[in-house]
Amino acid sequence: MTASDSGPTATEVNLVLASVVASERLRIVSTLIRYCGDWDLSEDCFQDAVARALAVWPTRGVPDNPGAWLTTVSKNRVIDALRRASTELTTFRRYAVETEIDGSADGNSEGSPMGERSLTADGAPDDDRLRLIFTCCHPALAMDARVALTLRTVIGLSVQETAHVFLVSEQTMQKRLVRARSKIRDAGIPYRVPPAGLLPERTSGVLAVLYLLFTEGYSSGSGAELVRAPLVEEAIRLTRLVAAMMHGSEQLPEVLGLLALELFQHSRADARIDTAGDLIILEEQDRQLWNKGAISEGMGVLASAEAERLRHGGAVGSDQLQAQIAAHHATAPTAAATDFSRIADLYARLARIAPSPVIDLNRAIAVAFAEGPDTGLKLLDTLDGGRHLAEYHLLHAARADLLRRSGRFADALPHYVRALELAPSDPERRFLQRRIAEMRRSH
Amino acid sequence: MEYLLFIVSDPAAPPYVPEEDNIEEWVADLESRGVARGGNRLRPVSDATTVTVRDGKTILTDGPFTETKEWIAGFDLIDVENLDEAIEIAAKHPMARFGRVEVRPVWPFE
Repeated sequence: MTASDSGPTATEVNLVLASVVASERLRIVSTLIRYCGDWDLSEDCFQDAVARALAVWPTRGVPDNPGAWLTTVSKNRVIDALRRASTELTTFRRYAVETEIDGSADGNSEGSPMGERSLTADGAPDDDRLRLIFTCCHPALAMDARVALTLRTVIGLSVQETAHVFLVSEQTMQKRLVRARSKIRDAGIPYRVPPAGLLPERTSGVLAVLYLLFTEGYSSGSGAELVRAPLVEEAIRLTRLVAAMMHGSEQLPEVLGLLALELFQHSRADARIDTAGDLIILEEQDRQLWNKGAISEGMGVLASAEAERLRHGGAVGSDQLQAQIAAHHATAPTAAATDFSRIADLYARLARIAPSPVIDLNRAIAVAFAEGPDTGLKLLDTLDGGRHLAEYHLLHAARADLLRRSGRFADALPHYVRALELAPSDPERRFLQRRIAEMRRSH
Repeated sequence: MEYLLFIVSDPAAPPYVPEEDNIEEWVADLESRGVARGGNRLRPVSDATTVTVRDGKTILTDGPFTETKEWIAGFDLIDVENLDEAIEIAAKHPMARFGRVEVRPVWPFE
């Protein structure tokens, strides 16, 4: 390929294209899906347009509005494909694509820019990207299908990358995605932002998927690496986007709550692993390594969440409460100076609105730090009865830890051993092995 | 879009409370939406007959085609906007509380 003297270099084209794809892919694909109703076709045509840009831009130069260029080429590919198929249904769809997209093609063809919100007749935010996100997270789809669709279609990971997140083969992931898309089409899952009556529960559903993406990146199941930074950052970016798109909605406080929670947790990314890749618990982390910028942004986001909540007069939701807990940890000057009795209260409130054995466990740990290990151990005994947590490594690790803190090393040992048997990641296993060695040396 | 709602018994569900059975209200809601396309309850599985033809021979079996503790107690065909509306209607059916409702999209022949 020969570029003219004044033409851009391949590197320049790659850089521009990568940045346009990052900022425009979701908008273009989600709009194509709305008009043609075919997810695969929309994604393939966008990929074709990107390939075309790679071939054409080095010689003809980068267009003035690269996003509009990609939109037009993707759209034309969709129209061509529908014309070739040429059944009654595809003719109808092609007509829809031609008229609807052309109708909005002057100037900014991809809908309203960030910051300007339009609402549907229902009062729901009117944005194709949000339609796509809500559809991917529809509760009639299995949870792993929701996460897979979000990774593939919303975030834009390849099938191979998506398979890697789930630790399954590419073929298995491809089948899962095909099945999920078939259900969306054949079971009549609507491509929309849910109407006001459904919006609260469906928003919680979207936030659950976003948080799962975030935690998946944070403590990747059985994987060897403890933090998959790109996935964590994608999850935060997507949460920010949802927050921007849901501006003015009564659900915004919860979205902001989740964003703050993610920022606080991510602020510790550099401090929670040592140079050998081993886990460092919160208490022993070097707080100088915490990302101050992320923490102060988190505090700001949490404050806006509260202001928004007061404006709408709603109750404090679970994501906001979890963010408040994380804020106490993030702003404590030392582990010892952490306000654990306040944290225990917040866990108690959380348990009332979103009961879960894991929350009860966390409350027991906070109580132990506030009032001493023995009180905490008594609380843990009451949890054991439920048996929900018998296979949960952190219950056993918590019990072992409280016994260790009260100097009962011999009693702690078997609980560390049990936690080790159940621990899902290599760094957690190494941490527990170190504790086991300490216990053996100490008694 | 048409959906068939299978009204299914569930031995693990909370016991049936006649006073909390608001099926008339449910039917009235369906009628007022104009989405009802027919439905009924079904006689118990003890009244079922299963028909099989093998090698040209018709074989009759007393009872349902499969022995299970869950059985179809009724059905409703509805014609609604999308799955969300079908789910909303299914969730209001009293048997969603005392049993379960399976929502199946109708797959028309082209």
